[in-house]
Amino acid sequence: MGKIIVNDALQELSALLGLLELIALNRVLQPDMVSVQLNGEFVAREDFASTQIVDGDVVDFLYFMGGGAYGLD
Amino acid sequence: MDLTEKQIERYSRHILLQDVGVEGQERIAGGRVLVIGAGGLGAPALLYLAAAGVGTLGVIDGDTVDLSNLQRQVIHFTEDVGRAKVASAREKIERINPDVQVITHQEFFTADNALDIIRDYDFVVDGTDSFPVKFLINDACVMARKPFSHGGILRFEGQTFTWTPGHACYRCLFGGPPPANAVPTCSQAGVLGAIAGMLGTIQAAETLKFLTGVGELLTDRLLTFNAKSMNFKTVSVRHRDGCPVCGARPTITELVESEQAACELKPRRP
Repeated sequence: MGKIIVNDALQELSALLGLLELIALNRVLQPDMVSVQLNGEFVAREDFASTQIVDGDVVDFLYFMGGGAYGLD
Repeated sequence: MDLTEKQIERYSRHILLQDVGVEGQERIAGGRVLVIGAGGLGAPALLYLAAAGVGTLGVIDGDTVDLSNLQRQVIHFTEDVGRAKVASAREKIERINPDVQVITHQEFFTADNALDIIRDYDFVVDGTDSFPVKFLINDACVMARKPFSHGGILRFEGQTFTWTPGHACYRCLFGGPPPANAVPTCSQAGVLGAIAGMLGTIQAAETLKFLTGVGELLTDRLLTFNAKSMNFKTVSVRHRDGCPVCGARPTITELVESEQAACELKPRRP
């Protein structure tokens, strides 16, 4: 149904889908921790459920990263 | 500030750079940089900034050196285990470069001391490992219009961007700290030590670019890399008008510490 770019990689979609489905499809480990840019604009978290992905969209998933020392103390 | 003959020799590989020259080196020597956290990111950043001859280096950290730190916090040595991190860092910086004036703050960066501490510096390096403190650094620097470098690492990945007034801030990108219940898996996350070196070194380079005015800073761009593939990429990010701290109508107008994320908790035992 369309081609989109997710974090620089081309993905082919067989059906129209919502942003939450795309997050699930991409196996985002912690959906609560991902920040999403759609065509260069941030998507507010409360709008994730109502955001549709369409042909040609460019999606970037941005993840929280801390200092990496967790749990090692 | 005139460089001595010894200094011209010490910094000759900077001075040889057309973009830097004597004038750029003098700017570095006149620079005042605060590194928050003398840990995985702060250690390499401090070493390079000290070697580069940054005139005043502030280090804030309330922690002591732990054996498990040594795998990546390269400014601390085996015999430093148990010492205050700021004392250990000061000693190494002074041995690398006696030109550097070191100011140590043996405390944690909090909503109470944040603005007082950053006031005296030109540039701030975020080398912390907790999300609430990362947001606190962001908010304090945005409010004080103090340029800073953000850095984060996880497992084999790193991310960094630089903030200067008018550009996208950490809250533009991520809003607020992750909900506590989203975090548990990072308690087992770990990190490849050299990743901390890569990221902290990028932050040091951004600091030197800021001080000398050379090149284009990582503003409005989030640099991410994955050491497994060694792919580096930058994602363009935009300032958000609705950002709670730097947007048109900010809702965060004073510093508060958000709750400690679950990362701070001890790993769950089965």
